[in-house]
Amino acid sequence: MSLKIPKCFPKMKPNSKSKLLLIAFGIALLLLPFITDALLGRGWVRIVDFAMLYIMLALGLNIVVGYAGLLDLGYIAFFAVGAYCYALTNSPHLAQAFPVVFHLGVHLPFWIVLPMAALIAGGFGVLLGAPTLRLRGDYLAIVTLGFGEIIRIFLNNLDAPINLTNGPQGISFIDPISVMGVSLNKTQHFLGIAFPSVHLYFYLFLAFTALVIFVSQRLERSRIGRAWMAIREDEVAASAMGINTRNLKLLAFAMGAMFGGASGALFAGFQGFVSPESFSLTESIMVLCMVVLGGMGNIAGVVLGGVLLALLPEVLRNIVVPLQQSLFGRTLIDPNSLRMLLFGSALIVMMLYRPAGLLPSRVRRRELGGDEPAAEESVYDATH
Amino acid sequence: MDILLQQIINGLVQGSVYALVALGYTMVYGILGLINFAHGEVVMIGAMLALSSLTALLGWGVPLLLALPVSVVLAMLGCMVLGYGIERIAYRPLRHAPRLAPLITAIGVSIVLQNLAMMIWGREYHAFPQLIANTPHNIGGAIINNIQIIIFVLALTIMAGLMAIVHRTRLGRAMRAVAEDQHAAQLMGVDINRVISITFMLGSGLAAIAGIMVSANYGLAYYYMGFILGLKAFTAAVLGGIGNLRGAMLGGLLLGLIESLGAGYIGDLTGGFFGSNYQDVFAFFVLIAVLVFRPSGLLGERLAERA
Repeated sequence: MSLKIPKCFPKMKPNSKSKLLLIAFGIALLLLPFITDALLGRGWVRIVDFAMLYIMLALGLNIVVGYAGLLDLGYIAFFAVGAYCYALTNSPHLAQAFPVVFHLGVHLPFWIVLPMAALIAGGFGVLLGAPTLRLRGDYLAIVTLGFGEIIRIFLNNLDAPINLTNGPQGISFIDPISVMGVSLNKTQHFLGIAFPSVHLYFYLFLAFTALVIFVSQRLERSRIGRAWMAIREDEVAASAMGINTRNLKLLAFAMGAMFGGASGALFAGFQGFVSPESFSLTESIMVLCMVVLGGMGNIAGVVLGGVLLALLPEVLRNIVVPLQQSLFGRTLIDPNSLRMLLFGSALIVMMLYRPAGLLPSRVRRRELGGDEPAAEESVYDATH
Repeated sequence: MDILLQQIINGLVQGSVYALVALGYTMVYGILGLINFAHGEVVMIGAMLALSSLTALLGWGVPLLLALPVSVVLAMLGCMVLGYGIERIAYRPLRHAPRLAPLITAIGVSIVLQNLAMMIWGREYHAFPQLIANTPHNIGGAIINNIQIIIFVLALTIMAGLMAIVHRTRLGRAMRAVAEDQHAAQLMGVDINRVISITFMLGSGLAAIAGIMVSANYGLAYYYMGFILGLKAFTAAVLGGIGNLRGAMLGGLLLGLIESLGAGYIGDLTGGFFGSNYQDVFAFFVLIAVLVFRPSGLLGERLAERA
């Protein structure tokens, strides 16, 4: 093996060609809602909006799973915490449940609720991570799995004796997000162009996704990010190098939770309605699939995974159902269980054949791809 | 007083089922150092297979006395094949991969099994046929029925049998050797792959029996039953000390008691604030508490903290 120093962090050298490409890509993104609207209809713009939310979630989970290598199976719980934060502080529910305390209703501005949701979700992350992160990763996986369920059980049952979450009915009539006095809920006119509500949300989500990508990128190249990757690759060696592994793992966990909480707040404002069933284990698995499929630890890969998997259910609904109906005359396999079946198989197949994902990060490929024979595979493995 | 006794009986019966499932987790963990996430789904598949074969056999007019053992054996065989397949497909190729990889495939297997079951058996709850006349017996004011007695006794018998296998037979010695040190066991002529496969099959067979017990006890079987059951059985295994067989049994019985007593008394303790609908939460708090205060579990000697 030649001694080649891998370029993990190549310097960005913007030449004119790539700059042009970037600008073209940016313009395409800005025009995306209008193009989608014209070609596929307004419903698809909404689907694209949801895809953006999923990308944000996946990027948040990428910090935990991709960078720090901690398997979080209840990630959607943080999303739920953020969503309920927004829902409770921006709906008539609290005023109805506690007329004495909140007789006028709570309607906090978006810019206060968003960081609040992120912080509370982060707090939950610390609460959950602190006892489990000093143990092996397997425990974290199962505790987070349990945590996801527990949050859902609490959301489902905290309607009595004190009606905090309104139980399985969920909270409705949530105020739409309004940015600087501009409500995103109705069509707005700028420069003579009409921007329908879904388009406005698209731009808001686009801005936040860009922010999340920027933060992830800076984190990846920072001292913290490098420490996370060191922990992921060899925890013992990392701690021998003076990295405080427990605190850094906790930081990764909390940071992932904060991104989840912030996306949850955006989700609640966009949807106008939250209920516990939006936060099932299925959703956690879906977000995990996005990260694994696209490429753990690689931002472009995770975005790709997010786009693919967020659009998959719609594609299945629009292709598989009519196909079955024309072939067998009825729907034999319901697209939802088919989707989950595909997710599960994707997790297995990816791990077996392409563990670093569709768009692997360089570091990750070396680690998972098995380019070099592992030290353990010696005499023992040769006999099998 | 009779309420307390009743809760203790219910807890012990439920706990013996947890213990059986927990044994499956703990055996695999002891040998491979890996949590078999798909184990809960194997329990569910066992119950479903037994349900289907029982309904079919009874439908053909086979007497219950013959139909019951046949369907139990069928379910066990089905689950053993499944367990073997899971290990072969999802775990063996990744035995030397980074820890995250087999964890993720395990999740994948679990989802695939659950959704396959949903496609085959549907989303609805299935009534599990009543196997034995459900005569209630009165013990000091508490009621225990035939099925519960059989479950408890059978579970204890099976555990004793498993202990005998592990500690008295050649196979058991090989299993313990592999758990201790794979490479050394290999050098001593132990066929590691065979031992691991058999371990998975043993655990899956126990899971099938546990699944049938749960379904017979509650008279229900559904595609989602494996998830929560698996989570609780894992908690039981951790509570007793994962990797330790006696620990799994103790942890299972204890968890059953904690849950049953907790659900019975939480309403009184919190002044009606929390009701028995929080029953599923107890296992989780037990898990967190164990991980905080005694991560090696009650009977575990050492904490296997490998990066």
